Amino acid sequence: MRNGAWIRNVTVAGGVVVLLFLPHLIPAYYTHLLILTFIYGLMAMSLDLLMGYTGLTSFGHAAYFGAAAYAVGILTTRYHVHFSVAMLGGLIVAFMMALIFGLMATRATEVYFLIITLALGMGVWGLAYRWVSVTGGDNGLPGIPPPDLGLPWSLSDPVNMYYFVLTFFTLACFFLSRFVHSPFGLSLRGIRESESRMRVLGYHTWLHKYTVFVIAGTFSGLGGVLYAFYNRFVSPADVHITASAEAVLMVILGGAGTLFGPVLGAGLVVFLRNLISAYTRRWLLILGVTYVLVVMYAPGGVIGAMKGTFSRLRAKMIPTPVPGGHPQKVKLQRENPDEEVLTR
Amino acid sequence: MIPSDAPGTCLVLEKVSKHFGGLRAVDGVTLEIRAGERRAIIGPNGAGKTTLFNLITGEFPVTAGRIWFFGQEITHLPPHRRAALGIGRTFQITNLFPKLTVLENVLLAVQGLRPTKYVMHRPIWGYPELQQQARHLIERVGLWEKRDLPLTNLSYGEQRQVEVLLALAGGPKLLLLDEPTAGLSPGETRVIVEIIRSLDPTITVLLIEHDMDVAFEVADRITVLHFGRVLAEGTKAEIKANREVQNIYLGAGTGS
Repeated sequence: MRNGAWIRNVTVAGGVVVLLFLPHLIPAYYTHLLILTFIYGLMAMSLDLLMGYTGLTSFGHAAYFGAAAYAVGILTTRYHVHFSVAMLGGLIVAFMMALIFGLMATRATEVYFLIITLALGMGVWGLAYRWVSVTGGDNGLPGIPPPDLGLPWSLSDPVNMYYFVLTFFTLACFFLSRFVHSPFGLSLRGIRESESRMRVLGYHTWLHKYTVFVIAGTFSGLGGVLYAFYNRFVSPADVHITASAEAVLMVILGGAGTLFGPVLGAGLVVFLRNLISAYTRRWLLILGVTYVLVVMYAPGGVIGAMKGTFSRLRAKMIPTPVPGGHPQKVKLQRENPDEEVLTR
Repeated sequence: MIPSDAPGTCLVLEKVSKHFGGLRAVDGVTLEIRAGERRAIIGPNGAGKTTLFNLITGEFPVTAGRIWFFGQEITHLPPHRRAALGIGRTFQITNLFPKLTVLENVLLAVQGLRPTKYVMHRPIWGYPELQQQARHLIERVGLWEKRDLPLTNLSYGEQRQVEVLLALAGGPKLLLLDEPTAGLSPGETRVIVEIIRSLDPTITVLLIEHDMDVAFEVADRITVLHFGRVLAEGTKAEIKANREVQNIYLGAGTGS
């Protein structure tokens, strides 16, 4: 686990450097798509905490994203507060909402959890759509000003906005990566694998599920806050069930249960939507086909497929047992396929 | 019987029942287990043995009756609180974390009763004492070489050993073993039996077992359950000599 740590660190550092210079190397349109990828990536990553790590598939994750975006919209366009106050307000709204919704949703598991989160998400959409005096109804909330940092750089320039979003995205990645590798993060994977076993080991499993629900909602809210500032417009479509479904899609496409898979998934959806829709209006068809193909041929998502290819390559290149010592590792995995059948 | 907090009493069940609709899975069971005792619970399929375990660990709420653990009533405590008091169990059908590695499986068990389990900002490999204890446990069954393998890659026999390890990790005072040797070869059964025999004698062990040789070898006393009721309780010799038990369980006509 730790042997590969320095390779990992180098990769991450390299990735950050590339991302720092990227907007100067690519057309502005791609910068725009990358910003959207980071924003939706935040939502997808936070959803993956529930879906991939804890095994709770939420079908209403856009609710926290949208509620935070609405909060920013209302606070800036109506009360003209400082952007930092609006950001904080957005996060608090997402946090409070997850705190309340979590009480209802985490009592259930599996499909019941999915249905409850879906219903709560629809409720939020109904509110956005119908509560016209506050949310602007179908017209949404236009005219959200970009954050004024009080610096010579204006965030109405997409490149500057790129760095603004990247900062929060990187910070969130850092915290989430600490989180999933922590003892608490391991307990979530334990709950996914066997909640009954976790209980008799002494875990108050509900508390763990509720906590991660609130954390996931809050990070989704961070995505929503950045979205409101970047898009400068929030509408009921952003909290609609299709937005929630798209988040689920991102997680599955990228690879559930991995930290960066959902970001890749978000990128895939964002780029497919925007690049293909230039050629055909049937881009949803292409997205659907991609989804079906991934589920059929790469159930671990893009990340899973990449890992599989990598380990196959490594097995080919190093036929002898891996140095550092688990001679059984290769053997067990490749020579005893029946063993697994026996255990069932 | 007034459930005693008399010293030396580990577990007391007083007329404990569990009904599933019309089915009386456990029907007025009264048991008293001394601290350090090795007690086997035997009985035909459907006698309510596993249900009884689920009542003791708190997986199911009781329909009626009360349960004491070292003088403290635990009838309405949730499972994690009972685990914290020192009740550990294994499952008849292997209940582990299949996609996690052997080490992660054991780590989860090791940290289950520690406040560490709530830590969110530090990686788990930053806790040498957890790793140390996990290593100690895994080495006990000789699986340290396989610590980084996903649990599903272990043989069934090895998984059954891990099953017992997880129950031991929290340092339980009462260990409930639900058919620990189910489905194992004679050789693998020996390994499990040796683990049980090598346990600290202060740990109280309650064992469900279908393998009579194992039950008679490990246990001091035996309780026979039949249709959710206690049919007989006594030493090995008493149980072997009990005609009722012979009829329903050991097989009619084999008695001498």
